[in-house]
Amino acid sequence: MTNGAFEVPAKGGFSFDNCKRNEMLLNKGLKAPGFLKTGTTIVGLVYQDGVILGADTRATEGPIVADKNCEKIHYMAPNIYCCGAGTAADTEAVTDMVSSQLKLHRYHTGRESRVITALTLLKSHLFRYQGHVSAALVLGGVDVSGPHLHTIYPHGSTDTLPFATMGSGSLAAMSVFESKYREGLTRDEGVKIVCEAIASGIFNDLGSGSNVDVCVITKGNVEYLRNHVQPNPRTYTSAKGYTFSKPTEVLSTKVTALAQRAVVTERGDAMEEE
Amino acid sequence: MDPKNTSPLLVDDIQRTQYPYVTGTSVIGIKYKDGILIAADMGGSYGSTLRYKSVERLKGIGKHSLLGASGEISDFQELLRYLDDLILYDNMWDDGNSFGPKEVHNYLTRVMYNRRNKFNPLWNSLVLGGVKNGQKYLGTVNMIGVHYQDNHVATGFGNHLAVPILRDEWKEDLSFEDGVRLLEKCMRVLLYRDRSAVNKLQIAKITEEGGVTISPPYSLKTYWEFAAFKNPTAGAEGSW
Amino acid sequence: MTKEHANWSPYDFNGGTCVAVAGADYCVIAADTRMSTGYNILTRDYSKICKLAEKSVLASSGFQADVRALQKHLDARHLIYQHQHNKQMSCPAMAQLLSNTLYYKRFFPYYAFNVLGGLDNEGKGCVFTYDAVGSYEKVGYSSQGSGAKLIMPFLDNQLKSPSPLLIPAQDAVTPLSESEAIDLVRTAFASATERDIYTGDKLEILVLNKEGLRREYMELRLD
Repeated sequence: MTNGAFEVPAKGGFSFDNCKRNEMLLNKGLKAPGFLKTGTTIVGLVYQDGVILGADTRATEGPIVADKNCEKIHYMAPNIYCCGAGTAADTEAVTDMVSSQLKLHRYHTGRESRVITALTLLKSHLFRYQGHVSAALVLGGVDVSGPHLHTIYPHGSTDTLPFATMGSGSLAAMSVFESKYREGLTRDEGVKIVCEAIASGIFNDLGSGSNVDVCVITKGNVEYLRNHVQPNPRTYTSAKGYTFSKPTEVLSTKVTALAQRAVVTERGDAMEEE
Repeated sequence: MDPKNTSPLLVDDIQRTQYPYVTGTSVIGIKYKDGILIAADMGGSYGSTLRYKSVERLKGIGKHSLLGASGEISDFQELLRYLDDLILYDNMWDDGNSFGPKEVHNYLTRVMYNRRNKFNPLWNSLVLGGVKNGQKYLGTVNMIGVHYQDNHVATGFGNHLAVPILRDEWKEDLSFEDGVRLLEKCMRVLLYRDRSAVNKLQIAKITEEGGVTISPPYSLKTYWEFAAFKNPTAGAEGSW
Repeated sequence: MTKEHANWSPYDFNGGTCVAVAGADYCVIAADTRMSTGYNILTRDYSKICKLAEKSVLASSGFQADVRALQKHLDARHLIYQHQHNKQMSCPAMAQLLSNTLYYKRFFPYYAFNVLGGLDNEGKGCVFTYDAVGSYEKVGYSSQGSGAKLIMPFLDNQLKSPSPLLIPAQDAVTPLSESEAIDLVRTAFASATERDIYTGDKLEILVLNKEGLRREYMELRLD
């Protein structure tokens, strides 16, 4: 039975069953539903003791803000984090997947994960799907060989950089880095520049907004500063408040009780227990 | 012209700019203490080829205005001919009045909008600055007629890369030196990140008394010495 | 040359939201001052509100170049009207003029979404709401633009207007006092700014009543 005569159930990966059908529907004029995009500003930089990552917290669905305070800095390993831009589901799934592979690898080897391992796993996956997994990532971490910062594009190409930005606010953030970054920054200087870069994305790019998340990774330590800066409070709340007191009238009420657990009595020759 | 071809919807045999040939990249302008400063580099791109390297994209218009253009260079030069006619005609009245920056900007917005209505746009984004009667003026208009005024404006890539810096660092009553420094900071970021930018630029100044001054071409100092830039593969050893 | 032609479109969308609320003896017209294109903010301070006559105020969002052309055209028409009739145009007359002007460009429309607010000949508030090609309706309140889909249900809930099918016709003006209406508009914009990326920066409110025209501003989120 080694010639594949049996259909072996799929082990994992994507199902492409409906691709043909969807293409046909698309040609007939069906509009495919939109996905939650994190029109985003994400950044990272290398400073004297490690790596600092930053992200805004707005998730959009077309022109509407779907989540005002989402998290875009994903956990990869105790010493590695990853910022994600693109389709929220893709960034989430791809980072979770690689994170679990890294954990298994750590169980196998008993050694700390390396950033390069995460990078290679991520880019292999993204390249395999030719850009259809739309995740644009900024990967940062500190391992045995020191601090590392990379960008990964949806098609699987990667960059190794001293400072990096991604997402719709990448140019606004890059304008800050290009005019302020230098080598050998201290922690506080680094955090300040990262915050400025994210703020630049928040205020100049409509796809980015709300708060600043920061993650400082050093040798043997991680500081995850959730909502480190909150520069966008609501500007007006009515003193008297508003009521929405025109409830839909209830016409009738009927309660159906949950089904009771049925007692099954076995008839005939039940197997005997000895 | 043949009357049957005057409708904007008949596109038969009239030549129209449907795409640009030789283009200039961003222009940025700011207000400062004594007037307006505008900066632009001198590259002229033919598609992605850097074809011309000494294109002047900053020009004085009349006595009180300064114009900077990005986009199709030939359309800009055509526009300069219109403006020459306009200023000359205005001068001929010899009535002591002259076109101020507000009037020139308004003229430009109408020309751009009218051309878009004829489906025959001038393929430019323009920055118009000036001073008249102690009033500083800085505005912009694009190829379909969208226009506005602000304390600082930018076109093209400048909107993405220079405006964030200007919003952070521009302030009322900048000195001339600080204004130039701010513009150079923006132009340097554009040089790093805009592939069609070149390191040869001009900065033009207009003031109430001094009129228009356009600097000779010069270049900016750049820094490429980051360790990670020197041996890029070293940072990702073990991958491909 | 490579064939990567930058294709051009005669239209753009510059965002923004407009609201108008009519009361018994006032009219509130408001709009944000953000002007954007794509994901870029072009300027944080561009007024979308235009006073056309003593008692009619127009707020418009959509494509800025068309909006400005429309405003200039109406201004010019109103100037001619004043020369011919030696008086200001009434708000309902301006409403009809605006409709005709929009429909005139039916096959190359002004991409403009308008709300016209003002006072009628009795000094009562009136609001007219439009689509881009001139279909219009007299209402008690309305919202247009990118944040309209967020604001309109809120206004509907708070200012439930009588059905236009009722006979005899019921007055469409809202029962709120002037200050309550302004408070409502402020809240509506603060909320729309939370969720609509094209709305923000600053709110401009014009209040038209028997004293005249008053203008006030409120800060909105800048992100």
